Amino acid sequence: MEIPYTVTPRKDTGLYNAKVGIWLFLASEVMLFGALFSSYVLLRVGASFWPEGLLNIPIGTFNTWVLITSSVTVVMCWANLKLGNFNKARVYLGLTILCALGFVGIKTVEYNDKFTHYTIRFTNDVTAAAFLKEAYGNDDEATRSGVFANTYGVPDSKVVAKNKELPPPRFLEITGHLEGNPHFVTLKKLKAKNAETITFIPDALNQGKKEKGAAPDAAHDHKKVTVKMSELVYLSAYTPQRNTYFAIYFTLTGLHAAHVIGGALVMTYLFFTGRRWWQKAPEQYTNRIEVAGLFWHFVDLVWIFLFPVLYLL
Amino acid sequence: MAATHSTTHTAHEAHAHHEPGFWRKYIFSTDHKVIGIQYGITALLFLFFGFLLMAAMRWQIAYPGQPIPVAGKIIGWLLGAEAATMIPGGIMSPDLYNAFGAMHGTIMVFLAIVPLAFAAFGNYVVPLQIGAPDMAFPRINMVSYQCFFMGGVVMLASFFIPGGAARSGWTSYSPLASMADLTNRVDGQTFWLIGMVLLITSSLLGAVNFIATIIQLRAKGMSWMRLPFFVWAQFVTGFLLLLAFPPLEAAGVMQLMDNVLDTSFFLPSGLVISGQPVDVSGGGSPLLWQHLFWFLGHPEVYVLILPAMGIVAEIIACNTRKPLWGYKALVHSVLAIGFLSFIVWAHHMYLTGMGTKISTFFQTTTMIISIPSVIILTALFLSLWGGSIRFNTPMLFALAFLPMFGIGGLTGLPLGFNASDILLHDTYYVIAHFHYVVAPGTIFALFAGIYFWFPKATGRFMSEGLGRIHFVLSFVFMNLIFGPMFLQGLAGMLRRMSDGGAAYSLAQNPGIEGALSDAIINLNKGVSMAAWGLGLSQIPFIINFFWSIKHGKKVPSDNPWQATTLEWQTPTPPPHGNFAVEPEVHRGPYDYSVPGAKSDYSPQNQPH
Amino acid sequence: MGDHSSPEQLKKDIRVYLAIFVALLVGTVLTVWLYYIHIPNVKVTIAIALLVASVKSFLVAGYFMHLLSEKKVIYATLAATAFFFVALMGLTLWAMNDFPKLTSVFGNQ
Repeated sequence: MEIPYTVTPRKDTGLYNAKVGIWLFLASEVMLFGALFSSYVLLRVGASFWPEGLLNIPIGTFNTWVLITSSVTVVMCWANLKLGNFNKARVYLGLTILCALGFVGIKTVEYNDKFTHYTIRFTNDVTAAAFLKEAYGNDDEATRSGVFANTYGVPDSKVVAKNKELPPPRFLEITGHLEGNPHFVTLKKLKAKNAETITFIPDALNQGKKEKGAAPDAAHDHKKVTVKMSELVYLSAYTPQRNTYFAIYFTLTGLHAAHVIGGALVMTYLFFTGRRWWQKAPEQYTNRIEVAGLFWHFVDLVWIFLFPVLYLL
Repeated sequence: MAATHSTTHTAHEAHAHHEPGFWRKYIFSTDHKVIGIQYGITALLFLFFGFLLMAAMRWQIAYPGQPIPVAGKIIGWLLGAEAATMIPGGIMSPDLYNAFGAMHGTIMVFLAIVPLAFAAFGNYVVPLQIGAPDMAFPRINMVSYQCFFMGGVVMLASFFIPGGAARSGWTSYSPLASMADLTNRVDGQTFWLIGMVLLITSSLLGAVNFIATIIQLRAKGMSWMRLPFFVWAQFVTGFLLLLAFPPLEAAGVMQLMDNVLDTSFFLPSGLVISGQPVDVSGGGSPLLWQHLFWFLGHPEVYVLILPAMGIVAEIIACNTRKPLWGYKALVHSVLAIGFLSFIVWAHHMYLTGMGTKISTFFQTTTMIISIPSVIILTALFLSLWGGSIRFNTPMLFALAFLPMFGIGGLTGLPLGFNASDILLHDTYYVIAHFHYVVAPGTIFALFAGIYFWFPKATGRFMSEGLGRIHFVLSFVFMNLIFGPMFLQGLAGMLRRMSDGGAAYSLAQNPGIEGALSDAIINLNKGVSMAAWGLGLSQIPFIINFFWSIKHGKKVPSDNPWQATTLEWQTPTPPPHGNFAVEPEVHRGPYDYSVPGAKSDYSPQNQPH
Repeated sequence: MGDHSSPEQLKKDIRVYLAIFVALLVGTVLTVWLYYIHIPNVKVTIAIALLVASVKSFLVAGYFMHLLSEKKVIYATLAATAFFFVALMGLTLWAMNDFPKLTSVFGNQ
């Protein structure tokens, strides 16, 4: 006896086996991402400080469009198969795969930007103030507030309102880049190399400001400052170890990207085996595309929630 | 479904009938029966290994600080370089005790019981009972077993890496799970997490397969309310695995990152170890791990019990020669248990400082879920009334399951209430409670299932004599092990103490109220000896199992128990594809002793 | 949405897909615009953002994934899943926020 309903639907459920299977699998994926979203909410609600404005919104928006487009192209592929237009369908499938690769490519650029972006903290108020003077020409409240905004959004956000004032200079996390844009530098690694100084390029002030008209202060951008290792108490790139914000960001987007890659692999397989399959068993091939498409739409759905939650809120 | 398929191949002949080689037939098979047996043998081996871990621990509990005879040397030899720290002079160190404890729980739950109850019995029996040729996705079925196997290998390997196996409990609470071994970045806990990811993947694939199969591949006439109760139980269990495991997978990935990448998902700010602040960002939440773990952890225990209830139901119906009492109630109850099991989890967390409102919520749902459990047990008990009971070995185990599960379930009630749980949490009372449910509960049901379905898979009965010896000894020793633990728990003896409670005893703390009396401490010795006795009692079973494959009494027919369900209406053993032609179901699953019928059983596919 | 097999129905469906494509792009722009206008009330911002995301996901799930014309079995599974997801997030949040607040032994100090 052969296994029935692999292509033709069963009468009382109206479904073929693979469709039941993929929806069940998607249900489990909802719980997986749901657990991570819940973790995000809990970590954020329980945190005393939660950064804002650290993710590039135009890039994120563009990536969202890329994924939405890929969702349309995959459903167009399926619709064309149903209409019998294999060649058109193949084009749409190819476009979907290209969009997927584009998404991952843009993500890689974003990740790379994070891994070369650093925060430093100084040992005491004196060294911190000296740095601020050299980097920005001043160490007054406006400067410190501008530095604070680079990580935590506008200084008058609820965080500072709770504390009624900015943290003292030695607790300020000063953001910027290192000369040569190396990845994953840590104090431990620098000490192991017996480095005595680093060349730090601080970010322009007020990058995190969201209000209209509060443009980033470009006046002191790209200024190189030599910093003594002995004055630094903390140095970290924007990595998962940096704080729980980045930990959950990289986990959520990383797991999502893994699903994008997985879906792209499946669709690539269907792309290259397509012609022979379509000739041998067109209905089965169409069903496989439908099932792959369902997975792909789910990946898009997750991003539809991920983007506003991580980038905009 | 007589063996007339030799001349009626038709569609079968279409794809060439070359016999698959050894590897394709036994190792890389996609046939659900082979996969079921693969799961079964592997799970039984893990069951045995998990038992050995506990047997070693019980020596340390009963005779703390004394070298373990014989086994001490063997363990030392196996651990190689680590033996000097882990088991110096054959004496189990606290670290090794904790490692054995954590792995005993992990192996028993995830590598023994779930694969045996859900995957092994489910794979073999469910497609047959619904009249299907195989599972809906046979290749995914094979991959599911392979993931399970690899997960098991990773778990076993963890004993032999520097630092040894995970030792933060099977519950792996953070921050201990990330801090237990600060010398090795990739330590036993890392292996545990990787192993868990593999096992969860295996379970998810299996769950998808089971649910899709039951929905889509029921034979003609096999409506939902004609399904054997075992199939219903497996259906609900599939959903529990499908929806409850992913949050643990997410948590496992996060804890893996905490361990290997120094993130702080579950590590709070301000951690200090041995006077040194830990070099992590902090800001995480240890409670988050607990919530995500127990969100799986509670449905998991229903995964452990529901297939067992299903097996017992089948065996009781067959060996009382009458239909189950309250089939509809059983079905509705198992669905209710499945649903409610997702919203009771924090009764494992009453002592984490939760407020009264949320505690009351979980206490309420916990009390409510006991109702369908009692309904199921009561229905099974009532099914015995007026029955013509055949006391064969499977029936003995099935009958014993009822009071044993009853004790386990009832002793859960004080744990479900917040107020009494404050005294009982993390004591031996808890250990006694859950072991009663799983050990003389589920494991007895699984033994029953093995004795019951062995003739279908092999064409021979297991020996009744050896079976009865196995039963009586196991029953006695199970109760001698776990009964006294209730007393120990009520006296306040805590879990996971490698010295058997000696540090809290009256002997070492004279005059302190609440210290453990000599009587309570001395119970350890009796319990340990009963545990070793239980181990020895399995020897008749092991001999029986292997001896009967070749020398057991041959079955007189394809349906030696004269049962009504479809798996007994196939050749013995069922061929690839199970049924030559799709069977047609005409009646419910338990048409025993139907008035006016020719015999005292009417198979489901027998026309009216 | 009915049967997807006939060519006329499929051509109609394609028009719907393209319309939804546009709707999704617009929805994205809307959410981003919300961010830049910086509504002072955080709760309102979150509510609107999640509402827009929900509408977008309804369109993707309902039309691209054909959920609006899907069978009972699928609905039932997804309904249960949605319930359990909400339970996980909601109950955990509640548990983390419902704990006895410490009060001084000496009353109002």
